[in-house]
Amino acid sequence: MAMALEAQKTTALTGNEAAATALRQIEPDVVAAYPITPQTEIVQLFSTFVSDGLVKTEFAAVESEHSAMSATIGAAAAGARAMTATSSNGLAFMWEMLYIAAGLRIPIVMPVVNRALSAPINIHCDHSDTMGARDAGWIQIYSENAQEMYDNLIQAVRIAEHPEVLLPIMVTIDGFIISHGMENVELLQDQVVRDFVGEYHFPYPLLDIEHPKTIGPLTLQDFYFEHKREQAEAMQRSKAVITVIADDFARLSGRQYGFVECYKMKGAKYALVVLGSTAGTAKYVVDELRQEGEQCGLVKIRVFRPFPGPELCKALADIKAVGIMDRSDSFSTQGGPVFAETKAALYQASNQPKCVNYIYGLGGRDIEPSLIRQAFMEVKDLATSNAVGGGIRHLGVRE
Amino acid sequence: MAEMLEIRWHGRGGQGAKTAALLLAEAAAAVGKYVQAFPEYGPERMGAPVVSYNRISDKPITIHSAVQFPRFVAVLDPSFIGAIDFTAGIPKSGVLLINSSDSSNVIRQRMQLRCDTIKVYTLDASQISQATIGRPIPNTPMLGAMVAATGIMGIEELLLDTRNRLEKKFRGRPELIEGNMVAITQAYEEVQRQ
Repeated sequence: MAMALEAQKTTALTGNEAAATALRQIEPDVVAAYPITPQTEIVQLFSTFVSDGLVKTEFAAVESEHSAMSATIGAAAAGARAMTATSSNGLAFMWEMLYIAAGLRIPIVMPVVNRALSAPINIHCDHSDTMGARDAGWIQIYSENAQEMYDNLIQAVRIAEHPEVLLPIMVTIDGFIISHGMENVELLQDQVVRDFVGEYHFPYPLLDIEHPKTIGPLTLQDFYFEHKREQAEAMQRSKAVITVIADDFARLSGRQYGFVECYKMKGAKYALVVLGSTAGTAKYVVDELRQEGEQCGLVKIRVFRPFPGPELCKALADIKAVGIMDRSDSFSTQGGPVFAETKAALYQASNQPKCVNYIYGLGGRDIEPSLIRQAFMEVKDLATSNAVGGGIRHLGVRE
Repeated sequence: MAEMLEIRWHGRGGQGAKTAALLLAEAAAAVGKYVQAFPEYGPERMGAPVVSYNRISDKPITIHSAVQFPRFVAVLDPSFIGAIDFTAGIPKSGVLLINSSDSSNVIRQRMQLRCDTIKVYTLDASQISQATIGRPIPNTPMLGAMVAATGIMGIEELLLDTRNRLEKKFRGRPELIEGNMVAITQAYEEVQRQ
């Protein structure tokens, strides 16, 4: 293990390149993808690995994202380790098949580059695409930067394929900000990744003709309900598996991941909850504010499905007020999805901090340090005054 | 390097402002720096104004918003003068690198730059590129100039890493690689002379 640590290679890669490198090292049996926008550069780069003979993967160029997910499900049901990638409206077009992948308990790993949904037409970052898919039955892991995308993808293979889980996983990065931004990334050696993900054995492959079986038959009032309950229990069981695999990965890489990451929460009186690349910018602001003597901290959500309710309650146990940041709106009039779910989790907590929702960064609107500082100062006001929380605020929007 | 260095590149689509930022980040990472390189994406058209950025530091970089206050600004196309304010956000200790055959004094006057403490370097990167590579693509000479102005690494380290990158990009066209090496060196020396 110590050798694996030493043999890591630091290089400068874009988020897309880091994801494509993870895919090359995982070397799935099949990748099916629609090759035209809104596809990501991840698949474009991976297709060059295929044509250069660097991987033995069978690459299927299909005619839509709906077909890409269908083909990936078919290949995985046959017993292959199958992957695809998408973004934005491409994910929206997969919708029907997302539920089918999860309902069939097909362990697909899919990188998603978070981008806004139309209309109006916009190609830039927000979380509307994957937040819309949050109840499709997929595990969702959000990455702060290119390194986390790489690390999360490698872990996701083991989580998805674990016999206690058998659920599909989407691993996300912020569009353009991370996908097209270049940063330092530490890469594991090819063989180390291959050994970590191991050889894949789907327990119920259709191509095992010695043991004929049906995948996806009709179940009506008689058994559908039991299947759905099984699916919910698999999602519940995934929590223990995600932890075990994070620990395994930490021994290999020196990088430890949890459901949430607490940043300077020790002694903090107020905090922000955030996911994706904005967590990095918020860390920068926390460092500045801490130097000025402010008692603030940050909680980053890494795993959004299953939702880390108990972990968030623990992280916010000593906090008086919290700002919960959403890079998408659910249009429920009750705030964005991160806000609604965090608030619901806190209802059972022994400490119930005042909460305020910040909708920010829609359609790629830049979230600069001064805006995050403004949010922190407003949350501080909430923590130190008699003001009541619960409001929904829009950060960085024209009034 | 005590502080995080922030850089902004102005060019037109096709002049290689994005590539210059990527090459600088890769070369700086190769000498052990923490780096970021990212373009500001708008409608991508040949000839349209484009902007890209770098952050370079001895410590890990977590900030992921656009660069607002760059100390170093490179301008790949002098026709921007008067049309785009590329001094926006520059501190008093800022440094401008302009691709132009004019002297820095002439550029200062044309820009109506009042702040004496902002340094202006000029070099004819398009001409250097034309003479050494055979094409007026100014990004690699401007890369050499940026390394000279910032001092983030030595010229040999830059040449070594950039050669490796370009060998992958221009497989089978060694004359382009050698031309780029000469262009980078000439531009580096030109800025050092000023």
